[in-house]
Amino acid sequence: MKDVKEQTAATAPRQQAPPGGPADAAAAKPDRAVIRDSLGVGVAVGLSGFAFGVTSAGAGLTLLQTCALSLLVFTGASQFALVGAIAAGGNPITAAAGAFFLGTRNAFYGLRLSQLLALPRWVRPFAAHWVIDETTAVALAQPGRRATRLGFAATGLTLYVLWNLTTLLGALGAEAIGDTAAWGLDAAGPAVFLALLAPMLRTATERAVAGVAVVLGLGLLPVLPAGVPVLVAALAAPLVLWARGRRSRGSEEEPYDAKGADR
Amino acid sequence: MNLWIAIGLTTAGCYLFKLAGLLVPASALERPLVQRLAALLPVALLAALTAQQTFAVGSALTVDARVAGVAAAALALVLRAPFLVVVGAAVAVTALVRALGFG
Repeated sequence: MKDVKEQTAATAPRQQAPPGGPADAAAAKPDRAVIRDSLGVGVAVGLSGFAFGVTSAGAGLTLLQTCALSLLVFTGASQFALVGAIAAGGNPITAAAGAFFLGTRNAFYGLRLSQLLALPRWVRPFAAHWVIDETTAVALAQPGRRATRLGFAATGLTLYVLWNLTTLLGALGAEAIGDTAAWGLDAAGPAVFLALLAPMLRTATERAVAGVAVVLGLGLLPVLPAGVPVLVAALAAPLVLWARGRRSRGSEEEPYDAKGADR
Repeated sequence: MNLWIAIGLTTAGCYLFKLAGLLVPASALERPLVQRLAALLPVALLAALTAQQTFAVGSALTVDARVAGVAAAALALVLRAPFLVVVGAAVAVTALVRALGFG
């Protein structure tokens, strides 16, 4: 089984499209191998919907609300961010803003995928719902259009079905479990975030952004309303870019992805 | 009711982002600054969220069993463990530390 994070790191942030044309896919990967990649990621991540269901129920959301999030939002980091902020007593609108900003990255995944999948326009509104970290990671790792489409669809389907089933089970189980903290389930949210974050910390720039964001997020926590510090911490991204731009002014910097690729 | 509004906003926002990527002409998102910000924004948000959900209780900071759990997750990540193992390690270690009477 391939590792999600490895694939995400290796593929998702890369901006230059590899030639996605089917002709050059001399490496005609057998469908079975593509399905195996897809299932590996889809099953592992899909099962962690259980942690989301429990966390969401623990945050005070009803069964219907919890399941609606997994069915309709279907992007794990945003879901965890929303219920985490609500659990912390945040204003629901502020909580939604944090979830919303975390969802921005999917637009860039979609941009890459649209070139590789080459979907008919009428299919795109349906395919869009599955444009997330994991489907992108698997799809981008496949050679040729056929394998890319198969990887995207198989990962999306596996993940969508499992994520929603396990969300339901988690939300139902939360009552039976009782005190979720006693089971350590309050550590599931930060662990999910860390697992998504780790492969992104490839260069000094990303580490600087992460460091500044941690300082802002923790430092402002006692003084700003719940949910707001995370949004302020997002400013770490433009701040670090600006600081780096000042330092290397004059010499036009090398493209971002060139540095990302040298690992 | 407020919660449903938050769910509706999150649903609409997240879906529109996903769709935008598939529909928008590539040139619109291909400006280098936009690309960089887009790559770095999740880094900032995920880092802040990880830290807060590890150390925060309401609006106060504390050190409890979650820190051990998240440290276990970090170790699992260094060892390139699969996603489910990473989350499982965090949950198990946190529960264990609590069972031992800390945090």
